[in-house]
Amino acid sequence: MAFELTPERLAIFEELLPKYPTKQALTIPLLHICQEQAGHISDEVIEYVAKKLSLSTADVKGVVTFYTLFQQKPVGRNVVWVCRTLSCELMGARDITRALEEKLDCHVGETTKDGEFTLLEAECLAACGGGPMIQLNDEYFENLTPEKLDAILDAARKKKDGGCAVTFSPVGIRARKEH
Amino acid sequence: MPVENPRLLTKNYDTPNSWTLAAYEASGGYQALRKAIAMGPAAIREEVKAANLRGRGGAGFAAGVKWSFLKTSPDKPNYIAVNADEGEPGTIKDRTLMEKDPHRCVEGFIIAAYALDVHTVFVYIRGELVLAIKRIEQAVREARAKGYLGDKVIDQDFKLDIVVHAGAGAYICGEETSLLNSLEGLRGEPRLKPPFPAVVGAFGAPTIVNNLETLATVPTIIELGGDAFSKLSRLHHLRDGGVRLYGISGHVNRPGVYEAPVGITLRELIDDLGGGVRKGHTLKAVIPGGSSTPVLREQDVVHAPDEKHPLHAWHGKSHLDVPMGVDTMRGLGTMLGTCCAIVMDETTSMVRVAENLMMFYAHESCGQCTPCREGCAWMARLCQQVRRRHGHAGRPRHARRRRQQHHGQHHLRARRRRGDAHAGDPEAVS
Ligand SMILES: Cc1cc2nc3c(=O)[nH]c(=O)nc-3n(C[C@H](O)[C@H](O)[C@H](O)COP(=O)(O)O)c2cc1C
Ligand code: FES
Repeated sequence: MAFELTPERLAIFEELLPKYPTKQALTIPLLHICQEQAGHISDEVIEYVAKKLSLSTADVKGVVTFYTLFQQKPVGRNVVWVCRTLSCELMGARDITRALEEKLDCHVGETTKDGEFTLLEAECLAACGGGPMIQLNDEYFENLTPEKLDAILDAARKKKDGGCAVTFSPVGIRARKEH
Repeated sequence: MPVENPRLLTKNYDTPNSWTLAAYEASGGYQALRKAIAMGPAAIREEVKAANLRGRGGAGFAAGVKWSFLKTSPDKPNYIAVNADEGEPGTIKDRTLMEKDPHRCVEGFIIAAYALDVHTVFVYIRGELVLAIKRIEQAVREARAKGYLGDKVIDQDFKLDIVVHAGAGAYICGEETSLLNSLEGLRGEPRLKPPFPAVVGAFGAPTIVNNLETLATVPTIIELGGDAFSKLSRLHHLRDGGVRLYGISGHVNRPGVYEAPVGITLRELIDDLGGGVRKGHTLKAVIPGGSSTPVLREQDVVHAPDEKHPLHAWHGKSHLDVPMGVDTMRGLGTMLGTCCAIVMDETTSMVRVAENLMMFYAHESCGQCTPCREGCAWMARLCQQVRRRHGHAGRPRHARRRRQQHHGQHHLRARRRRGDAHAGDPEAVS
């Protein structure tokens, strides 16, 4: 089925459009908006973005495959990024990864069976002073220990964000809602 | 000498709701903008030059000099692209500015735009930093509502808009030309220089790319005057001026972001600001300014007997006792980088450190050039083998050769002379 943005999200795109000298510059913002709605960047989304911006699907696909934040396959309702880079590792990031794998019963790169969580490794998230840390959707949790994880995961399970397929987006409805 | 604690850039960090316009204005915010507009563009540029403001993004190029390279043309607009793609491992400073004092950033952008005849500022913020993006966007909205942005900036004949652009997770987009490609909606691969962005930048127009902290420092420069700002530094005589944000992470008692004059020593950063190496442990090594800057050790001493040597004043002293400045760190064979140190104690395996960072570079290679695309993965694998003690005597030489290839120092002729038929063969590593 062809992909279409909801009117509310389309309005965000249309507000951004005149701010840039070219349409192509909206590739990344529009992909973010679409991903918030669709959950991941499917071929239908790529076609939609290409059409909206008068680009070839190859142009858009080239962008999608370049950037880590664009999910090319479906992800869980919550995405957990564990920072694996040096400062965090020095402070115990590997214990955090191992604990998450146990608690979620899935490996890095996988989604839990109930579709609640996808566990991914991230490169340095600019929170090295608070390592080890994770990013859960759009929130940072720093100075972690394996014991602190249960409460964080439970809260995420209970939180339902109406209207968003994924709860992470730097551009889209969520980014405008809360401060 | 105790580290001075000026609290200029971070003066609002502990204020409740420091990110709101009301809090910023209550602390004297946007007064520098009024002063700057009264001074006029040329005078602002002179003050920034006199401030000896070295770029805070890593390369340490003098901002005032960079601004003078902007090549305006009648048929193209000028742009500013703010580099807020903070991704260099260990680097944590720009995020705090955006989250805790976004209006200081916005005020800096406006003053810089006024000085450079720019009517659109693009702020490229790393996509993961959702809170920072929200705070800067909110600050832009508030500033627009208050008349600091829009068709008539504080009732002057000056039009300005700030566009917040979220990235999508790619370290290389912090490199200024990749950032421009990414802003234009392309894959974030670097461009060949020249032309430099100040001549051909965003959307083919002349563009000044500055780090976020560089521009967030501008209101303070205007407030104090360039020369007074520069003299806050301990390296004013080396034309490395002012105060800056330092970060510290790893095995220290108080990791975090601190403000201090340019030119404090690594030892002061670790012991006085970072609270010292964690209890019961000793320092092994420190990465001074983000993962791309070579490691320093306490036991290494400066060897500069020649009086003309830039480091002569520190001859015989530990590397940790040399002031941290752009030129002094270069003199030590490392770089000041982003001024955010990673501290490692004696429990750390340096081989694993190298492996961890090579995995970072392997993952983040944009793939455009072969030495980085292939070489980083090779180096990571090689480190892994050494760590697992599968390395043999030949390996270090092999690693050296890979590194030389990486730096373009390796000559085919030398390889042939050694009868190395497999030079460059990926299978040779495993
Ligand atoms: C691989 C690479 C990554 C970089 N990442 C950043 C970054 O995240 N933030 C930044 O401000 N500068 C980064 N830089 C430096 C920029 O290319 C550029 O020098 C800087 O933004 C200029 O601003 P400044 O003069 O104010 O420091 C990076 C450079 C390279 C080569
Ligand atoms: S190393 Fe984990 S946030 Fe920087």
